[in-house]
Amino acid sequence: MGEKIATRAAYGNALVELADKYPELVVFDADLAGATMTKGFAKAYPDRFFDMGIAEANMTGVAAGMSTCGFKPFINTFAMFAAGRSWEQVRNSICYPSLNVKVVGSHGGLSVGEDGATHQCIEDFAIMRAIPGMTVLCPCDGNEMRLATEALLNYEGPAYMRLGRLAVETVTDTIPGYKFELGKGVTLVDGTDVTIIAVGMNVQMALKAAELLKAEGISARVIDMHTIKPLDTELVLKAAQETGAIVTTEEANVLGGLGSAVCEYLSEVCPVPVIRHGVNDEFGRSGKAPLVLEAYGITAEGIAACAKKAAALKK
Amino acid sequence: MDQSKRNTLALNAAKARLLAVQMVHDAASGHPGGSLSCLDVLTTLYFDVMNVDVNDPRKADRDRFVMSKGHCSPALYPVLALKGFFPVEELKMFRRVDGHMSGHVEMKHVKGVDMSTGSLGQGISVAVGMALAGKVKKQDYRVYAILGDGEIDEGQCWEAFMSAAKYKLDNLCACIDVNGLQIDGHTWEVMPTEPLDKKLEAFGWHVIKIDGHDYDAIDAAYAEAAATKGQPTMILAQTVKGKGVSFMENDAGWHGKAPNDEQFAQAKAELEAIIKELEG
Repeated sequence: MGEKIATRAAYGNALVELADKYPELVVFDADLAGATMTKGFAKAYPDRFFDMGIAEANMTGVAAGMSTCGFKPFINTFAMFAAGRSWEQVRNSICYPSLNVKVVGSHGGLSVGEDGATHQCIEDFAIMRAIPGMTVLCPCDGNEMRLATEALLNYEGPAYMRLGRLAVETVTDTIPGYKFELGKGVTLVDGTDVTIIAVGMNVQMALKAAELLKAEGISARVIDMHTIKPLDTELVLKAAQETGAIVTTEEANVLGGLGSAVCEYLSEVCPVPVIRHGVNDEFGRSGKAPLVLEAYGITAEGIAACAKKAAALKK
Repeated sequence: MDQSKRNTLALNAAKARLLAVQMVHDAASGHPGGSLSCLDVLTTLYFDVMNVDVNDPRKADRDRFVMSKGHCSPALYPVLALKGFFPVEELKMFRRVDGHMSGHVEMKHVKGVDMSTGSLGQGISVAVGMALAGKVKKQDYRVYAILGDGEIDEGQCWEAFMSAAKYKLDNLCACIDVNGLQIDGHTWEVMPTEPLDKKLEAFGWHVIKIDGHDYDAIDAAYAEAAATKGQPTMILAQTVKGKGVSFMENDAGWHGKAPNDEQFAQAKAELEAIIKELEG
């Protein structure tokens, strides 16, 4: 395990790094370039950066228009506004005509911290996933984020990617054979008793949870499911068949996100106990990010407890 | 504009109006009122102003058009058909479950359409994006859009107006079809938006007010827009909702309603009389 870097920072670096290789890349922001970390790109490539002001709906449409002229626009703001404020623009101006626009929502989930519930978007996975043809992802660390950003540049079509505010430990760089592919989850730790399917910074928590479980004699598999849609059903089915119990974990409402996606799939092909770990259909609150996460049980210990529950439900 | 050009535009507009009413009648649904009101502007755009190639609809340096009031597919689809993007026969597929002509303007299946629209307020942002792309690429194509005067109740339109001015998009010329009516009644009753000229000027646009059924005025306005540098142009086209069909004119009730057989027969007779006269 390596350095600590926020996925938003890794993303900002990736944009700059990839700009020369992908001349069609253009970047939009809605007066949050310092927070979403697009400011580096803005400085290095001012002719390819557009600050649209605090007007997310228009930014979404302008990006759609640019994409029809051969550009690859990445639009940036907080997840709350990227997915929430502009949901219908994303649906009708980007996804319905299948335009090549990447919607990037920074500061997803409760780990926004002090700003509180108005800015803690926990619904983005659900509402973005509900749009036909939309790809939804949330890389877990800086290494994965860099690879995801380039993968999106090579993917023709709409996608939503969530970034996190907090610095998180890089974990994917030391996984043997790790490679990033949109729509393909990665098994980080093998296990036989239960599988933890995690997304975003919950991947790091899941790895710690697996350690806690190991100490109690429970063998937990950990899957990094960076792409929620399309779901890697092959990997999910394999986990269900081989471990017989699943925990999903996400920094999002348990309604409609990763947990729902896994349940929807498994209920039709291989029903096994699935415990959805995440935010239990309630708004967040202000506070230091780690304390807020703890208050809502979004911790390694919380995941471990769910894993035990899931394993106990096995027939 | 010489008489023969004026005649050609009037003839195409009349033919488009007949096709529009026919489509809505045959589909037993659709939006005739606002389609008929904007058809003189739209016909002038496609038959006089815009640089498009029916044999290469996606040509990179073509002029672009966005029907921001996307319910006016009965205006755009017939104009595209008459222009030659696809056979007029295809209009029979309008709003049919086994057809490819969606109720609102759609780009993936209808040749010549540059953007899918329908949810009001969104098209103008897309037009801004197309114009911005032209600036970034240093291409000299122009971008056109038509908005409804009810549509501009949507806040997104005003966001788009601000951004077009910020980026000095003089390659963008939008037109508000000021027919004065929206679904629930007069625009001044539902949501007052006037004075539009002053508001748009304050938003940084060059504004031209015209009679939206006067081909000379429409033509001159687009020429003035093309000659305007450093800012986008908005044409405020004063129009009659339901223009060309006597019983539909100035009646909000015809915003989104189909004529029955009897009403269609009357509309057809009126428009055919105009066509006959123009064909001399």
